[in-house]
Amino acid sequence: MADSGETGGPVKKDGIQQAKTEGKELTKEEKQRLRKEKKQQKKSKEKKDEKASQESEKEKKPVSSASPASQPPTQPITPKAPSAVPTLVPVPASETPAPADKPAKSKAEMKAERRARQEAERASKQGKKGEVGQQAAPGKPKAPPSELQPVVKRLPEHVQVDNPEVLKKLAKKLERQQTPEYNAATKVKIPLRSDYGYKVSLFSHLHQYSRKAPLTQQLSIPSTVIHPAIVRLGLQYSQGIVAGSNARSVALLHAFKQVIRDYTTPPNEELSRDLVNKLKPYISFLNQCRPLSASMGNAIKYIKKEISNIPSQCKEEEAKSKLLNCIDRYIDEKINLAAKAIAKSSIEKISDGDVILVYGCSSLVNHILCEAFEKNRKFRVIVVDSRPRLEGREALRRLVQRGISCTYVLISAVSYILPEVSKVFLGAHALLANGYVMSRVGTSQIALVAKAFNVPVLVCCETYKFCERVQTDSFVSNELDDPDDLIVTRKGKTQLEHWQEVPSLGLLNLVYDVTPPDFVDLVITDLGMIPCTSVPVVLRVKNVDQ
Amino acid sequence: MPGPDKETDLTERIEAFLSDLKRGGSGTGPLRGSAETARETTALLRRITAQARWSSAGDLMEIIRKEGRRMTAAQPSETTVGNMIRRVLKIIREEYARSRGSSEETDQQESLHKLLTSGGLSEENFRQHFAALKANVIEAINELLTELEGTTDNIAMQALEHIHSNEVIMTIGRSRTVESFLKDAARKRKFHVIVAECAPFCQGHKMATSLSEAGIETTVIADAAIFAVMSRVNKVIIGTQTVLANGGLRAVNGTHTLALAAKHHSTPLIVCAPMFKLSPQFPNEEDTFHKFVSPHEVLPFTEGEILSKVNVHCPVFDYVPPELITLFISNIGGHAPSYIYRLMSELYHPEDHEL
Repeated sequence: MADSGETGGPVKKDGIQQAKTEGKELTKEEKQRLRKEKKQQKKSKEKKDEKASQESEKEKKPVSSASPASQPPTQPITPKAPSAVPTLVPVPASETPAPADKPAKSKAEMKAERRARQEAERASKQGKKGEVGQQAAPGKPKAPPSELQPVVKRLPEHVQVDNPEVLKKLAKKLERQQTPEYNAATKVKIPLRSDYGYKVSLFSHLHQYSRKAPLTQQLSIPSTVIHPAIVRLGLQYSQGIVAGSNARSVALLHAFKQVIRDYTTPPNEELSRDLVNKLKPYISFLNQCRPLSASMGNAIKYIKKEISNIPSQCKEEEAKSKLLNCIDRYIDEKINLAAKAIAKSSIEKISDGDVILVYGCSSLVNHILCEAFEKNRKFRVIVVDSRPRLEGREALRRLVQRGISCTYVLISAVSYILPEVSKVFLGAHALLANGYVMSRVGTSQIALVAKAFNVPVLVCCETYKFCERVQTDSFVSNELDDPDDLIVTRKGKTQLEHWQEVPSLGLLNLVYDVTPPDFVDLVITDLGMIPCTSVPVVLRVKNVDQ
Repeated sequence: MPGPDKETDLTERIEAFLSDLKRGGSGTGPLRGSAETARETTALLRRITAQARWSSAGDLMEIIRKEGRRMTAAQPSETTVGNMIRRVLKIIREEYARSRGSSEETDQQESLHKLLTSGGLSEENFRQHFAALKANVIEAINELLTELEGTTDNIAMQALEHIHSNEVIMTIGRSRTVESFLKDAARKRKFHVIVAECAPFCQGHKMATSLSEAGIETTVIADAAIFAVMSRVNKVIIGTQTVLANGGLRAVNGTHTLALAAKHHSTPLIVCAPMFKLSPQFPNEEDTFHKFVSPHEVLPFTEGEILSKVNVHCPVFDYVPPELITLFISNIGGHAPSYIYRLMSELYHPEDHEL
């Protein structure tokens, strides 16, 4: 890399010196020649940009650890020119005061800087237009999504774990995602969480983290980059203290409210742009703690849209209170009122003498059953649970507290208990655009056995969980939980205690699975009762509304 | 005197066996495999034949039937005991018939014509005394014992005919037959095994550690993930506790879900079951078919506040109907489920179906 830099340097120096000797202004020929040189050095230009930006970093902030670490990883990805550009977006913000500080810099470096700045500005304009989702793009050149219909989406990073280039990009992206703190003496980067244990080969494209190694252990205290509410939230996610898609979304929105309250617009910045940039590292951090759910993704999209829609002449206090109101309204409408509407429609489906089967702990289904019990419907509930999460016990506690008569079994006994059941109520984590229901692992199994016994299956889901993704099996996009959860000690013996030492043994702890639409008889949403296949219609209607 | 001592010795052994059965069946899964139970039962029956006082085949059959009723009452879910008793009764009938000189085949075939014309078959009361009967019966029981010893190996020998390389095989819980089946195939072929852990007893863990020690790539999954991973599975190979007379199974709980998932993905379901597991029972008795263990396994006593207000079930077995099964592999070869009724008539006499 050093060689190509040197060969590039002298050639350019000649051209520039010639220009100097012939006069201050570059003639047309000179400009053409420069353009040609630029084209020839397109590959080495990237390296030069990196070098230039690193040099400017070195001169501004005395952090030497970041730059040499990021230099070697940039080498293999230099051919991917368009994708390297978004990483330079935060750099020009820090580079603008640079030329003022440095009096003596070689002409070649200044030229490179100027070129880098132009590229960056061009990219920032593009980047703002194409701001969809929160993941960095892997090396697939795509047109910005605003120009096309959102058909060709960027492949999220969390399903490309087996691609080492993508991992390197993510590491670099996390390093660069720093909120520009001009007085900060130290730069804290968001750490990259490493995978744990042997991964089953079918799932090597997904992350597998250990609960015993939370991300917060790698952060310094106090964390100057990440808001403490977000750190606490990330820890709650990764330890499973906050679980369930509704709970996670509500917790996320409350944490963002706190962030907005504590936010002050830095000088020369617009709230609408700066706040979105500030949220990006938080979202990456939360994603590292636990992959985001579909409901969280939709909530984040909504917030970002609201923030960027704030007019620039709005005062800061007014803007902040407006945003807080928006978030409150979102929670109210999409979660609380939706739950009420769904409960109202579902109660029509519950008749006296029913035996209802539920699986795991879905806040919505529990709400429905409690409401139905308040309305004096006579029914009894069978709660099915599964290892290793055993969430059904929580549902059991809630229902028993209300006085509903319950039975409790494990999922392997479901074909024993199903002949007694008259209806099955299931919750959902997300509804995919091809009609598949993504939910806790085991849901598809219950739906399968219910279908074999001719028992109707009803899925309850709010519309904010509808997702534009499509998926046909549970492999391509899933979440792998801590494999150590499967280990159990019975009668003093733990069979799988040393599973890591046995090379051919793997433990698989899936979190989600997809249920095909032919197993589901009805989906109850706040817009009414629809069949599974009407999900894309609802999505289209929602998009048109917005 | 040797007589009374032998008798008391015999009754002691029978009592010990009965209490073993009672203890072994209660709790967290069988403490011993079905093969051992079968072997012990047969050995005990041989001892009864040798040491008990009897003069004719009818007497012997009465004694065995009486003891057999006690044994099956001690542990109704352990069907191999009843199966072995019926096998021995059939052996006695055969030896008696051979001693009398009539051919075996005419005895076995109960055609409609014979039922109408003869009518004399049921009047056979086995009262004739044959001196060599004792020795013949004991010899036949010895043959049965050797057959029992070799069942697992016989089944494992067929492994290579059914498993090709780079397959993904799914199984549930722990079956010694399937374990030896897969280990035998692993000597020559490379494949991947997914084991469903089968809560709450989690026998699948032991199976997985044992398979991985033999060098087989094994993955342990939770029961809830059976349908999720089924789309990548090429074959499902399971063991069972009993094979019922209609070709259905009484297997460990969770097997019905596994069978339904396999049917949905059109994955073949292969059952490795030795012949001593074939039982002449039908699955129509709702109350007596299922066996339950302490609900403490499912909801431990630490959840005390809700325990008193909740019904908790912990069934041990599952019924799998014969339509979901593709193939039975036993020590005498492979059969379709529709052939099971024929095998039954070879092994047991219809009058022995009710002990």
